Amino acid sequence: MELVVNGVRRSIASDPERPLLYVLRDELNLTGAKYGCGEGQCGACTVLLDGAPVRSCLTPVKAAQGKAVATIESLEQNGRLHPVQQAFIEEDAMQCGYCTPGMIMSSVALLKKNAHPTEAEIRSGLQGNICRCGTYPRIVEAVRRAALMGGRNA
Amino acid sequence: MPEFEPAGFEPERYELRAQPFYSFEPDRRDFLKLAGGGLVLLLALSPDDARAQESGGPGRRREPATPESIGAWLHVAESGLITVYTGKVEMGQNIRTSLTQAVAEELGAEPERIVLVMGDTGLTPYDFGTVGSMTTPRMAPQLRRVAAATRETLIDLAAEKWKADRSKLAVERGVVRDSATGKTITFGELASGIQLSKTIPADLHLKPAAEWKIAGHDLHKLNGRAIVTGGEMFTSDMKLPGMMYGRVVRPSAFQATLASADTSAASKMRGVVAVRDGEFLGVVCDDSGKLDRAAAAVRAEWETVPQTNSRELYSYLKAKGGEPQWRPAEGDVRLEQSYTVAYIAHTPLEPRAAVAQWEGDKLTVWTGTQRPFGVRSELAKAFGVPEEHVRVLVPATGAAYGGKHTGECATEAARLAKAAGKPVKVQWTREEELTWAYFRPAGVIDVRSAARKDGQITSWQFHNYNSGNAAIRSPYNLPDQVAEFHPVDSPLRQGSYRGLAASANHFARESHMDELAHAVGMEPAAFRLKNATDLRLRAVMEAATERFGWGKSKGGGGKGFGMMAGFDKGGYVSACVELTVTNNSVKIDRIVQAFECGAVVNPDGLKNQIEGATMMGIGGALSEAIEFENGRVLNARLSRYRVPRFSDMPKIDVVLVDRKDLPSAGAGETPIESVAPSVANAIFNATGKRLRAMPLKLA
Repeated sequence: MELVVNGVRRSIASDPERPLLYVLRDELNLTGAKYGCGEGQCGACTVLLDGAPVRSCLTPVKAAQGKAVATIESLEQNGRLHPVQQAFIEEDAMQCGYCTPGMIMSSVALLKKNAHPTEAEIRSGLQGNICRCGTYPRIVEAVRRAALMGGRNA
Repeated sequence: MPEFEPAGFEPERYELRAQPFYSFEPDRRDFLKLAGGGLVLLLALSPDDARAQESGGPGRRREPATPESIGAWLHVAESGLITVYTGKVEMGQNIRTSLTQAVAEELGAEPERIVLVMGDTGLTPYDFGTVGSMTTPRMAPQLRRVAAATRETLIDLAAEKWKADRSKLAVERGVVRDSATGKTITFGELASGIQLSKTIPADLHLKPAAEWKIAGHDLHKLNGRAIVTGGEMFTSDMKLPGMMYGRVVRPSAFQATLASADTSAASKMRGVVAVRDGEFLGVVCDDSGKLDRAAAAVRAEWETVPQTNSRELYSYLKAKGGEPQWRPAEGDVRLEQSYTVAYIAHTPLEPRAAVAQWEGDKLTVWTGTQRPFGVRSELAKAFGVPEEHVRVLVPATGAAYGGKHTGECATEAARLAKAAGKPVKVQWTREEELTWAYFRPAGVIDVRSAARKDGQITSWQFHNYNSGNAAIRSPYNLPDQVAEFHPVDSPLRQGSYRGLAASANHFARESHMDELAHAVGMEPAAFRLKNATDLRLRAVMEAATERFGWGKSKGGGGKGFGMMAGFDKGGYVSACVELTVTNNSVKIDRIVQAFECGAVVNPDGLKNQIEGATMMGIGGALSEAIEFENGRVLNARLSRYRVPRFSDMPKIDVVLVDRKDLPSAGAGETPIESVAPSVANAIFNATGKRLRAMPLKLA
């Protein structure tokens, strides 16, 4: 099986039913997406399929075939951070950082659909992502800041 | 004078801190060898810090701390790179940044030039653990001293080199400058071609907080870029050459014993090693995709024993704890109430993980733990090897909150690695994390009190069953105070949790204070101030109520206002809450947290900690409780154990009371303790219903 991950064609040895998360992490060494719950509750494993956010812990790898898979590792380009990444740093929107890749991917997808979300739209757009350290207020501010910076299309 | 004397170190039963048998400190030559030339400064522990290292634990190190015990060490390389070694670990509480600021401040170097090596038993000095909000009050001053001594040594070296008047020399941004000649020399040049090591005394003069230029100011998280790009390497992200993946086959219930096991089917699978060692069962696979199938192929029969359940928990704890000695309480108004708190789980987003590698009888383990030296001891004991053969390193850790003091995952990975003859990674599943880690102790707290009509409290008796004794004594001015902790044999495995029992004790005390205020017919803030003589306690209450606009609107009809005040681990806190109750569901609209922990080191970092503690506190206050029956956790999934989400986020307003004249205290814990009582008091204000059980449920 072949996958296009972060713009690169990769051949995959794993079982087609295996969740995308473990293929990314253990087979392709892309460890930005994290395991948090295995049941789509925490959002730490969020990646984009053709620009739409999915919980990679519940997505069989075969479902990603023929689609563009984008992980957190693809956002920085030529040493330049994506505006959402930059905004997370500027707002210090993290503590332990384990939820951050998933949070950023969900935010990128949200801004792609809605370039200028209200606070309520940010909250509901990220409701499926858990930050156990509780940096929610800062994440909301970071997404707002990224919207002002003008989101780059991921 | 305040009658309330904050204790420096509170012995806390549930601050799990098993002591190592030995602590091997490399001698000074070893440090130079490790560092590879340049300048090395070692800080001798003060007797006070040495005691702190030893306090609180159930046992003590066999060897008494000697004046030569090393608290921290610092290396200036010929390249100018400054490396500081500390046994503390970073778990999101941001001490990598705040400790770097402290070093940068005293050393006169930019934070970007400074690297902290943390929590590596092979390289860093012994440390009892990153616990109890003690990094800032205890470790930061040690690092400041070693940095200050380095600065003075660098100036000495420059004066000698230039044959210059030492009093004209000063440091700035990584160089020594001679103000008489304008000449400069970098730290790296000064460290070149020398092999100098010095042990410095602990009582060196430090810059007062009022003169801080780097510390005391905001600084972005130093590893922020790695985190946002996905490059930050957590234990669960590691991969060693030839590494295999392990999983433990768990008992069917707590206290279950293994009746029989058959590992033959699992062993026959290609690339799978099955392990049975006493009660321990596990599998190792060459591909993580095989883990589920291999674990399921292990056939095991467990013998279980009947155990208590969460519905009967509080009567169980009371029955086991016995009736306390109540004293007669004199006053115009007398009150007796009982409060309860449930077991809750830390639920760090990264479940426990460890990577273990054997080379002969030498073991190296990478794991996210708050006590790398404690875990080293556990491993040495488990495998019968000397501690100097075990090295524990702590990579980035997806948080801990008091929940990663122990090394069970490290031990499991090491056992499986031994069987496989390869490095092995074990990452617990969420279900394992919510079952086989330890919980915040549940508890019952019985309070009897009396007060005069004018609001003066005349009697205060406070009995805590099982939950713990952290902050058990009231910070109010109480002439007749009894506060006792009654340990009980807990039905579930329990241990430290952010704030320890201070959350339970603050909940009971500040709920009861509110009830007493109503009983004497006083406004809750005025009642508290009437009984508070500690000026720092009064100051946070005044700060919180002023920012909140306390008393401007009255609650009722579903809208409620509540407040609290408290003290724990060197920090004073007061919170005011506004909430709305609709169909028995509680939505916190706004919370003001006023916090004072002495001189502030990183204002924005501190705010981040307080906001985070507030969010986490909302879970314990409103939704989190472990349900269990017959040794099984019934809600060990995130879909059934609800932690706070974006929709639970109130407007959080933090007021920092910065006391530059006081030493800095830690802040990771105390602000979590203010949430439940202020919310309970606001629910009463909104509905007239007094809830005395955490989590607070109206229906």
